[in-house]
Amino acid sequence: MTPTPVTETSVGKALPTPSERPLLTTVTIGLLALVLLAVPVYASMAGDPHVLTISSRILVFALAALGLNIALGFGGMVSMGHSMYLGLGAYLVVLLHTAGVDSGWLQLIAIVAITAVIATAVGWVALRTHGIAFIMITLAFAQLFYYLFVSLKSYGGDEGMRLEQLSDFGVLTGNRTALYYALLACLGAAAYGTYRLVGARFGLVLRASRINERRVSAVGTHALPYRLTAYVLSAMVCAVAGFFLANLTGFVSPAYLEWTVSGELIVMVVLGGVGTIIGPIVGAIGLLLLEEVLKAWTEHWPMVLGPLIILMVLGLRRGLWSMLPVPNHDSADVTQKERP
Amino acid sequence: MTLTLFFIQLLNGLQLGMMLFLMAAGLTLVFGIMNFINLAHGSLYMMGAYFAALAYGVTDSFFLSLLAAVLGMFVLAVLLDRIALAHLYRRDHLDQVLATFGLILFANGAVRLFWGSAPLYMEAPDWLSQSVSVMGINYPTYRIAIIVVGLLVALGLHLLIDRTRVGMLIRAGASNRTMVAALGINIGWLTTFIFALGAALAGLAGAMAGPILSIQPGMGEPILILTLIVIVIGGIGSIRGALLGALVVGVVDTLGRAVLPALLFQLFDPTVAAAVGPAIASVGVYVLMAAVLALKPEGLFPVQHA
Repeated sequence: MTPTPVTETSVGKALPTPSERPLLTTVTIGLLALVLLAVPVYASMAGDPHVLTISSRILVFALAALGLNIALGFGGMVSMGHSMYLGLGAYLVVLLHTAGVDSGWLQLIAIVAITAVIATAVGWVALRTHGIAFIMITLAFAQLFYYLFVSLKSYGGDEGMRLEQLSDFGVLTGNRTALYYALLACLGAAAYGTYRLVGARFGLVLRASRINERRVSAVGTHALPYRLTAYVLSAMVCAVAGFFLANLTGFVSPAYLEWTVSGELIVMVVLGGVGTIIGPIVGAIGLLLLEEVLKAWTEHWPMVLGPLIILMVLGLRRGLWSMLPVPNHDSADVTQKERP
Repeated sequence: MTLTLFFIQLLNGLQLGMMLFLMAAGLTLVFGIMNFINLAHGSLYMMGAYFAALAYGVTDSFFLSLLAAVLGMFVLAVLLDRIALAHLYRRDHLDQVLATFGLILFANGAVRLFWGSAPLYMEAPDWLSQSVSVMGINYPTYRIAIIVVGLLVALGLHLLIDRTRVGMLIRAGASNRTMVAALGINIGWLTTFIFALGAALAGLAGAMAGPILSIQPGMGEPILILTLIVIVIGGIGSIRGALLGALVVGVVDTLGRAVLPALLFQLFDPTVAAAVGPAIASVGVYVLMAAVLALKPEGLFPVQHA
């Protein structure tokens, strides 16, 4: 007997598709791209390099949040440990330099490959659990890597260390504007890649497994390989973000792996809108700008941010992206509870 | 590594395990009954320590400050549960993670605002600050006292859950809360009581940590993560699992830090051992967790639902 393939109809209309709001999506992406493209121009005209630094930082976290969203938003895997991949990508820049690899391209390839191996092992163990246990496992693995890097005394221990050598991209090495545009290109590519991935059969199975893994297996598709692949892909995107983070700050530190960073990444995804392509980018921009404003206002900014996050959870259940008006909105609630 | 040192480290491991048990007991009950992931449990521990330090500053009595931490956390937890957390029990885990993450940010910020970032210290009373001889080895009385308190709490929880009416309701609620509610039990107040009980135990752990650790903002997070490991290893929702898991994690973490580096020095040459030792020692407990999960995803001592 041949298994019934998973199709849009077999899992019903419960899955919000990426192309749910074509016009709005196009307009938003266009505006967003225009603004982001114009940032370096503004920074050089206004003679304010700080703007470029903050914007680059936002793009790094937007990329990481986009990566997390593949696992969290589409796969329903609440990973509380994605900061480990961000930190791994950053530390690998230093570790590869020690190993004699300075070429940026080679480093990127190595980072993606090494992350794939580690994420496969971690994901294989973590995905044996479900629900609360998965959250705790991913958090614990992130702590494992945090303490691992803290204990590397020759790499600065818990204080971190300055990069002796930025990744080598020929004449563009250390060029801030080039870094910004490279990040933007990467973000665009990752967003487009996610869009295609989620729309493909792979994404369909992934989204279906988020809602009900048992039903997916009942129609003859084993969900685990799909979930594991999504987890690994999401880790790889985060590691690339870490590569950019190290090159942006010229510094690596265990602070990149702190579990609060994982928390902030989740906030970004949820703030923007879980399971949307643009959501994580909007969320990263929103959260980091908010943090900048709060930091300028008071040194006790976490005291303000914390309650704001709680209010967001209680009141803004589907993110900023879903607050925009939608014609003929008939998709199910994205945040609905997984049923056993 | 002498046998004496090994024995002392074993006792240290037991002491850490007892602290972890106090944390894990409350958290695992909340997980088991409300299916609620409370990342802010470490903040309750921190608040307990600060309440104790506050009371210690006023009364200068260690025992009154322990009492203040326990009662203060109980009351605070009841308020917290009724005002904010009760809204989260029916939400999905993602919402719970986020909201309690927000709570942690708030708690750490609030503590920093009221008490500053500098660490506070507490002192145990004189008769607890000495050392006793255990099988020929001098060991601090205070750490022995922590082990005893942990055992008493374990016994108390066992009696509460297995021998009393409230415990019967707790067990029933863990199996089927809808049915318990249908039988006319106010499950809302029952869950509030459990949450507050867990918070009081976390507060007790925080207060007892005062004399051996420094009290500072963010002190709750490292122990929270160890507690999560305890619960995962022990099996979610099980008090017995929490106790055994806590002892395993406490002993493995402490012995791993003490024994492994020394062992490496004997097996490899000193430069390798010095480089690898600290790294392996600090991640031992995480490796243990990964191994347990790879073999038994449900944890070592899962709850047997009738």
